[in-house]
Amino acid sequence: MERVPVLKIGDILLVSIQIDMSDQTALALQEDLAERIVEIGAHGVVIDITALDIVDSFVGRMLSTIASISKVLDAETVVVGMRPAVAITLVELGLSLNGIRTALNVERGMKLIAASRENDLGHDEEVKDPEPGQAATSA
Amino acid sequence: MTAGVDLSPKAQAIGSDEDVVRVRQLVRTVAVAVKLSLVDQTKLVTAASELARNTLIYGGGGNAEVTVVDDGRRRGVRIVFADSGPGIPDLDLALTDGYTTGGGLGLGLSGARRLVDEFIVETAAGKGTRVTVTKWSR
Amino acid sequence: MALTMEESGRLVGLLTTHAERVVQRWTDIVAALLRGRLSQAELRLQVQELHRSMIDAGAEGLTDIQSGSAGELRASLAELSRGWARQGFSATETAVSLYALKDVLFELAETGEVELRDVVVFGGLVDQMGLFTFETYVQTREGLIADQAEQLLELSTPVVKIWDGVVAVPLVGTLDSARAQVVMERLLQTLVDTGSPHAIIDITGVPAVDTQVAQHILKTVVAARLMGADCIISGIRPQIAQTIVALGIEFGDIATKASLADALRHVLRLTGIEAARRQPRREA
Repeated sequence: MERVPVLKIGDILLVSIQIDMSDQTALALQEDLAERIVEIGAHGVVIDITALDIVDSFVGRMLSTIASISKVLDAETVVVGMRPAVAITLVELGLSLNGIRTALNVERGMKLIAASRENDLGHDEEVKDPEPGQAATSA
Repeated sequence: MTAGVDLSPKAQAIGSDEDVVRVRQLVRTVAVAVKLSLVDQTKLVTAASELARNTLIYGGGGNAEVTVVDDGRRRGVRIVFADSGPGIPDLDLALTDGYTTGGGLGLGLSGARRLVDEFIVETAAGKGTRVTVTKWSR
Repeated sequence: MALTMEESGRLVGLLTTHAERVVQRWTDIVAALLRGRLSQAELRLQVQELHRSMIDAGAEGLTDIQSGSAGELRASLAELSRGWARQGFSATETAVSLYALKDVLFELAETGEVELRDVVVFGGLVDQMGLFTFETYVQTREGLIADQAEQLLELSTPVVKIWDGVVAVPLVGTLDSARAQVVMERLLQTLVDTGSPHAIIDITGVPAVDTQVAQHILKTVVAARLMGADCIISGIRPQIAQTIVALGIEFGDIATKASLADALRHVLRLTGIEAARRQPRREA
């Protein structure tokens, strides 16, 4: 079984999925990530799915689970690089990926984690973890 | 026009996790050969992934057959997933969003139906299940 | 309506024996019909080509226009009608030009070169050829229309980057389901290509929205969110707002603004907040 490598950049974990994962590989990634978050005390996880040409309900569920696990472990997960065709298909499939934060690319994903970390540390007394829409109403 | 592209029917056994990946790759190849749009390719491959997983988990394995179809005006890809598992006792329920007996999200069958143009399920208790899906080029 | 092998043989005989007369008269009749829109020489070449294909097909036993031996004849007919369709000749002109062969046959019957019974039989074949031509003509025109519709789609759906990180689609004209889909796919792709996290869908120029189109817009907004971008819809007309409410379509938490300018201002204010947030860190 192939394994997806997990890279460490500062206190952020970066996962770039480059292969068509079997369900076992996806589950293994989920476990690896949980362990690595605790191991290095990561506060953010960026999952790059630019190379994935489909996301089915199994992978969708894996992403949701990773987001939930990392939240429990005090780390924020951002899924980046979803292709338009994949996003359209997910909407049609009925998968909303609730609770997952998304960004267009790795760079923006890293910024998103940094920004929400700042909020956590109290630089900004405004609402924690603002959605774009919420930020507008509070402005 | 289609010189060099093999459009003969192709079969793939579904007996393991890796076979689900192989079904996806096979369907993708055929969808590209038939010139489905990128979004349609993605929808079809995603549906195939869901259905192949169903065949593996609920049907206890089976096989998928991918064929190119032509109705005179346009071409399409048809995939038949067949297993000889326990069958689906309540089809209407199984097609409901969010219903699952396998611990998934319950979007496999109902979601796959929304991703294709034609969707036929034939099932009999104790005899197995046969799901036929077709996606036409636009 | 099919010809027997014997009749087919007689047809070949007739066309060969009176080759010059058939081609000349056929050309004359069609030329009169088209009133000089195709040069006599060009027309004659086309008629000769048809005449030759008919003889060739007949020699192999032409019994029916759909039969295997008529392959080359069908190709000639198709080529002729495709050419005429593109040059702007009408369907009637194209078909009647073939039926002109019947007039030639009648003339031959009048002078006793061919029996009336055979004229009727051959006429049946000519009818088939005419219908085949007509069908090819329609197919060609449909192809032209489809191509033009596609070109129109390309022209009418620009996705433009209007600010750093902001793309907009000003939608103009009636949105059908197919067009809505194309626009949405293009919008999402542009978000990726330009790395823009904000999109504005402006529907000021859209006269009406039905359930399907509204659904497409909604799905696009959700898809954009999955990709990490935010969509704003601007320029909703009062009638469309009424339709949306009447149809019971839930716009939920999607941001809507009165005009494209308002939407842009809204986005800039949002990004301004982001910039302001970064500042304290630099000072610290």
